[in-house]
Amino acid sequence: MTNGAVPKASAVRVTVPRLGLSSRGGDRLLAGAATALVIVFCLLPMLRLLMEAVLPSADGSLPLESLNSRSVFRAGTNTLVSSFASTVISTLLGGGFALLIGLTDIRRKSLLTLLCLLPLLIPSQITALAWIKMLDVGTPARAVIDVVFGTESNHPLYGGGGVSFVMGLEHAPLIFLAIAAACRALPCDLVEAARAAGASHRRVLFTIILPLLKPALLAGGALAFVSAIGNFGVPALLGIPGRFSVLTTLIYQRLNGFGPSVLGETAALGLILALLAAIGLIWQRWVIRRAPALRTGGPTGPILPLGTARPFIELAAWLLLLLLTVVPLAALVGAALIPALGVPLTFETVTLENFIYVLTQYQPTQRAFLNSTLLSAGAAIVTAALGLVLAYYGELRRWAWMRALDAVADAPYAVPGIVLAIAEILVFLKPLPLLGVSLYGTAWILLVAYVARFLTLALRPLAAAMKQMDPTMEEAARLAGASGPRRLFSIILPGLRASIMSGALLVFLTAFNELTVSALLWSRGHETLGVMVFSLQSEGAAGAAAAVASITVVVTLAVAGIATLFARRLPKGTLPWMP
Amino acid sequence: MDAVSLKSVSKHYGDKPAVAEVDLDVMVGEFVALLGPSGCGKTTLLRLLAGFETPDAGTISIGVREVARAGALAVPPEQRGVGMVFQSHALWPHMTVGENVEYALKIRKIPGPERRKMVERALDTVGLGERRDSQPDQLSGGQRQRVALARCLAMEPSVVLMDEPLASLDVHLRESLQAEFHRLHRQLGATIVYVTHDQSEAMALADRVAVLDHGRLQQVAPPRGLYAEPATAMVADFVGRGMVVPLDTAVPGRAGSVEAQLWGETIHLRSMRSGASMRACLRPEGLSLGETGIAAKVDRAVFEGAATILHCRVDRAPDVLLRVLHRAAPPAEGSPVKIAIGDGWLLPTAA
Ligand SMILES: Nc1ncnc2c1ncn2[C@@H]1O[C@H](COP(=O)(O)OP(=O)(O)OP(=O)(O)O)[C@@H](O)[C@H]1O
Ligand SMILES: [Mg+2]
Repeated sequence: MTNGAVPKASAVRVTVPRLGLSSRGGDRLLAGAATALVIVFCLLPMLRLLMEAVLPSADGSLPLESLNSRSVFRAGTNTLVSSFASTVISTLLGGGFALLIGLTDIRRKSLLTLLCLLPLLIPSQITALAWIKMLDVGTPARAVIDVVFGTESNHPLYGGGGVSFVMGLEHAPLIFLAIAAACRALPCDLVEAARAAGASHRRVLFTIILPLLKPALLAGGALAFVSAIGNFGVPALLGIPGRFSVLTTLIYQRLNGFGPSVLGETAALGLILALLAAIGLIWQRWVIRRAPALRTGGPTGPILPLGTARPFIELAAWLLLLLLTVVPLAALVGAALIPALGVPLTFETVTLENFIYVLTQYQPTQRAFLNSTLLSAGAAIVTAALGLVLAYYGELRRWAWMRALDAVADAPYAVPGIVLAIAEILVFLKPLPLLGVSLYGTAWILLVAYVARFLTLALRPLAAAMKQMDPTMEEAARLAGASGPRRLFSIILPGLRASIMSGALLVFLTAFNELTVSALLWSRGHETLGVMVFSLQSEGAAGAAAAVASITVVVTLAVAGIATLFARRLPKGTLPWMP
Repeated sequence: MDAVSLKSVSKHYGDKPAVAEVDLDVMVGEFVALLGPSGCGKTTLLRLLAGFETPDAGTISIGVREVARAGALAVPPEQRGVGMVFQSHALWPHMTVGENVEYALKIRKIPGPERRKMVERALDTVGLGERRDSQPDQLSGGQRQRVALARCLAMEPSVVLMDEPLASLDVHLRESLQAEFHRLHRQLGATIVYVTHDQSEAMALADRVAVLDHGRLQQVAPPRGLYAEPATAMVADFVGRGMVVPLDTAVPGRAGSVEAQLWGETIHLRSMRSGASMRACLRPEGLSLGETGIAAKVDRAVFEGAATILHCRVDRAPDVLLRVLHRAAPPAEGSPVKIAIGDGWLLPTAA
């Protein structure tokens, strides 16, 4: 060691270095910009929707009065009935598989889990389309159905039954995730104590395990119910042709048919939807909060052996899962590979025509691929940046107002997408102040809506990462004289790359497949992929719709794979399909 | 001149005081240890100095500059020019050792060549000149803490704040780093405020020790003074586990001495000129077995190498155990002894 290396005089310097520009200026600028964006994109539209729905419109009538009509009543009843039925289906499937994987000695659990969570990645409209294709005329499955039930002219899934069934499949992962997490957290000693008391495995399941899993089941069920209420993709593809109208499709059809003149009335409909969703979410939180706290510490995740029945149960589980998840997707690809509806897929009939058509000949789909890619990338970048700033000032610096914004950012994701779309139209239909141009009818309103809707997806993993971060890292940089923004970029950001990337990819993925918000906000020249799948299918371009959907699925799975790589070392649950 | 000055500084969390009416002046070049039991407010006091917390009452000055005045002024941490070494070392994991040290200098816009020289010097000072290009996670716990110290010294802070920098290290490393801190303090003349709950660490390192309890400053004194002349029963007990005993009477005698009655025996105690309570602080080395003195029975003999500590139960106060330092062969357990009081200290306050 060298002696006297640091000069004595400098080490005891008492005058404090003045560090130029006040370090708070940068903080305020950054936080202020983020605040402005969140208020304009998220808060304002929600408030505007509320006002539009409850205040009298120009002719003095109350928008809420318009709800008193037979069609609204029927759509409302259909919404509740189909959501309830789909929740029952989700519970049976998601809950059953979660118990099987979480509580028994079934083999190949991670692969089974992946299959159970696959519907999370496939958007509603594509799931619905895949099921349409699986049971379309000319398919082997349809032949079986026709033989068993007699020839039906209509597609067997068109109508309330099909809507409930496919929504049930689509939302089963929500219940699967809730129950699987609860199984993992279940203390083993509770089960062992019951076994020691002489209870059989079956008795333990029904008297100990299921009662303990009830809160998770109810919470997961509430989520599935709320998702079903706001679902648009499934009722759009299966309900509209089957004359089964729900609130989301009713709003869509009214706005599509009459244009912005019925905004007030649809805002009222939207408010009803939002209230239903809010009730479900509040109930879900209440259930979670009231759930008895299970001791942690000891080993968790008890296992009940399946015994000699294991091979048969495994076989049944695999067959059912493949039939419900992979076979429909295969049917979708198959439908994209045949020249026309009803032609059987053979080596002679197989063709790439549909793919060539949508990728190189038909301009709207070409535009849709470009638009969706750009919009999703834009939304991913903006939400990542915005999420970073919100998480930094909210979680690490603990600024009260930024923490409040965190809750505001949740709202556009909690309400059904169609409600957010109405809200954004309400705010951005009129020309912007100062600029004098309207965002409505441009791609920008799609970007704004995507950012508002998916901000929370980018924000959650960042906020969680910030919360886990050692605050002394930041404090040390602060003492070194670094301003807030500088600390954010030089100290905080480098440690958050994985969280940012996986959050951004999740936003990209979700936006890339988006239909509900886009359905109301797209315009000619600004089509998106979700809208294309829907409109091609409803115009009868079955093969083209299947081709677009197939390409989307492949891209989605690829992006999900990349996101999974980024999230490997992140806390569990950062990505919804990585519990 | 004072490097740091706190004037009746208070800080509450909710309505619980974490730091209450603390007055403390630290001279330039002084090494002051903040000592106290867990939760007594040491960290809070340090964070008030650094600027991570703002006081509810009182003022804080660093050098000639007032940096915090309750309700009026708060210079943010990044402009206080203080350095801090955290218990968790808080090295930035995505930077090399050299980059960690360089960070503050870059912010000051110190030109490249000079900056590199300063980094080198700071790392040499802590004996890690060779490790400039290592990643922090390639270093041992002690080396990381030394880098944290170098990082702090490189920014030439007016005060170095340390919050239990050695608490997470093993005993051996702790001793060698204590020696290093001591050397650096002497060599650089840096002003250091050092938080610890380990009294022997505080005694070994500090010029003066400030003892905190429940957010209140109990005593600020050099280590010897603290041990020999504790200001309160808490300090007497916390520093060196002194025995606090109640007196029957205490009569001031010559200056600095009183005559007192303890369990019927007359004893002589050291005392301050002013202020007296009815309690005394005794230490094992101030007691011995004799022909006359306080009657007691040996409860237990604890062998401590160089000597044996006899725990003796006082006959007139059976719930009191006096500890006596004894060098000869210990008497059998249960045998009656007489304890003579050679040295004791009259606590100046009733607190
Ligand atoms: N951010 C906070 N919010 C509420 N209470 C706090 C906060 N920080 C500290 N306290 C409380 O203030 C008191 C003093 O805490 P402080 O951390 O300063 O103690 P300490 O002496 O450093 O303890 P330790 O030796 O355990 O580190 C404690 O009772 C603590 O619970
Ligand atoms: Mg502390």
